[in-house]
Amino acid sequence: MSNLEPDALPRRTFLGSLGMGTAILAAVGSVFVSIRLLKPRARPEAATIVRVGKPEDFPPGTVKVIPEHQVRIVSTDAGIAALSMVCTHLGCVVNEVAEGFHCPCHGSKFDGEGKIKSGPAPRSLPWLQVSQAPDGMLLVDAKSDIAPGTFYSV
Amino acid sequence: MASGGLSDFFSNIKALPWNVRDAVIRHGAPTSDRTRSQAVFNNVFLHIHSTRVHPHSLRFSYTWGLGVALASLFGILTVTGLLLMVYYVPSTDLAYTSIKDLHSVVPFGGLMRNMHRWGAHLMVALVILHMARVFYTASYKDKREFNWVVGVALFVLTLALSFTGYLLPWDQLAYWAVTIGANIAGSPDELTHALGLPAAFNVGELQKEILLGASTVGQQALTRFYLLHVVVLPLLVTALVALHIWRIRKDGGLTRPEAANTAAPEPAQPESAPTKTFGLMCVVKDSAPHVGKDPDETVPSWPYLLRAELLVFMATLLACLALGHFFDAPLAEYANPDMPENPAKAPWYFLGLQEMVSYSAFLGGIALPGLIVVVLALVPFLDREKEPSGVWFSGGKGLAVTIVSLIYGAAAAVASVAVPVRYGWLRDWYPEIPQLAIIACNPGSLLAVVYGIWCFVVMRVTRSTRMGAIALLTCTLVGFAILTYVGTYLRGPNWAFYWSQADWPLH
Repeated sequence: MSNLEPDALPRRTFLGSLGMGTAILAAVGSVFVSIRLLKPRARPEAATIVRVGKPEDFPPGTVKVIPEHQVRIVSTDAGIAALSMVCTHLGCVVNEVAEGFHCPCHGSKFDGEGKIKSGPAPRSLPWLQVSQAPDGMLLVDAKSDIAPGTFYSV
Repeated sequence: MASGGLSDFFSNIKALPWNVRDAVIRHGAPTSDRTRSQAVFNNVFLHIHSTRVHPHSLRFSYTWGLGVALASLFGILTVTGLLLMVYYVPSTDLAYTSIKDLHSVVPFGGLMRNMHRWGAHLMVALVILHMARVFYTASYKDKREFNWVVGVALFVLTLALSFTGYLLPWDQLAYWAVTIGANIAGSPDELTHALGLPAAFNVGELQKEILLGASTVGQQALTRFYLLHVVVLPLLVTALVALHIWRIRKDGGLTRPEAANTAAPEPAQPESAPTKTFGLMCVVKDSAPHVGKDPDETVPSWPYLLRAELLVFMATLLACLALGHFFDAPLAEYANPDMPENPAKAPWYFLGLQEMVSYSAFLGGIALPGLIVVVLALVPFLDREKEPSGVWFSGGKGLAVTIVSLIYGAAAAVASVAVPVRYGWLRDWYPEIPQLAIIACNPGSLLAVVYGIWCFVVMRVTRSTRMGAIALLTCTLVGFAILTYVGTYLRGPNWAFYWSQADWPLH
């Protein structure tokens, strides 16, 4: 069959589709806007990169916990490392015990280096990125997750 | 003639009370069945009711008044909630003290808060019982499938309302319960991590951030939960309850057993009667559907149904008042993000899930509850046997299946707790085991599998999907009850097992 003269699209069909199309676009746009609004561009929280102090404040053998950020800093001859004290199961703060760390919420147990030993936590406690600011202050990124055993040498 | 004008004016004033009364109450007290029907369908607040009901639907032993009790509770919670909103401030600094003010300086403030709290717990308990009643009387069949799904949606919304309200006092209980809840929202990442998927798949983190408006529970979370609790969820519940009641009416009222339809049977046709078919000519407005005596057994809603509803409402209100008067709603210390509660427990209706969550956040928090809700919603589509609804347990066979399933389900649930408590679980035996193995194989997932197998066995043996459905729901209900009990009374600090609270180690 030849299609040299296709059926003309009626004007009312065209205008009807145009109207319906814009209505659908409006609906989709409204839904997108409503959902996108829920995730703010800036979080109302303190920055996650914490200035913990001068390198001189952490001679080898120091262990210091920063409670506001749940960060535990340890300094050895190999350098300075930071461990997160937030349980990887559901976000409770772990308690330090002789054998390592215990979480009070569901009994997860971690060893002294944060490795998961038992309990429902799916992962070991994250080791955190330690770095230095241009003015020499030590920085710890509380939301980082680096290879365990990484020490930062000043 | 000195009439008109002034004298009309004064006689109108004298007649005012009666004219106002007649304007508001147009038809006077109903005196006939027709005016009783009018009293319902002419009234904007009452006309969602059907004008006549079958007396079997009014039987207490059939429904226990659970649906009406739930609607009453929603009303009571709304009113007490509105009163609480006069004093409550949704700010992390002021929320806690505003609740303390309610108990100390606001007249009846403590009573309102207690009624609100216990009413909420009662509502969660009754919504489960109502669902069980509808299920065991097979009232989800034969065009009522849609209403059952609406009911499942209402169940989820009730839990959501209770959970969002739980945060508002901003005490230790609230803060940590929501921290756990938010981390459960983030727990799909447990699965994506275990599967080794790249970070773009971390939908859990996104969900958590949308829920909290931040990465930890703070003012943003309080604002969002308040908005959900006070506006969004109540509006959704109102819309769905209206739909739910409307559908009952359109589906022919509550289900009832065949035996209840003892209305006059078809009159016997004389042998020589001519057979003639009739066509519908037109629908005439304002003519009663039955002339003279009704051929069926229905009674007018005014006053019988409305009276029954009022009675259930009063009983529910009395229960809330009594609970609110004698028992104070708990209020722990002000929320302290540096000091988790130990043990940090969810509200009672989530404790069964918390048992599962203690093995895997994803399984206990998302996978299992999701599975339960989906399977519940699918029940009327998987069991489509035509059977007379309105009979509890669908008869003797169903009762037998229920009892056996009760025993089996209870035994399996107890074993799912006893074995790990006594022997430990996977990571205790194989410390290097990957998390994926634990997600797949833990007391929660195994319990689900064991219940599922039982359901299939029953379906095979009885050759009936209805019996299978009864078996599965009975197992789920009894498992839920047992795990809730364990989570409430037998779990202490670090979620360790203790036979009694006296055995808990002191700090």
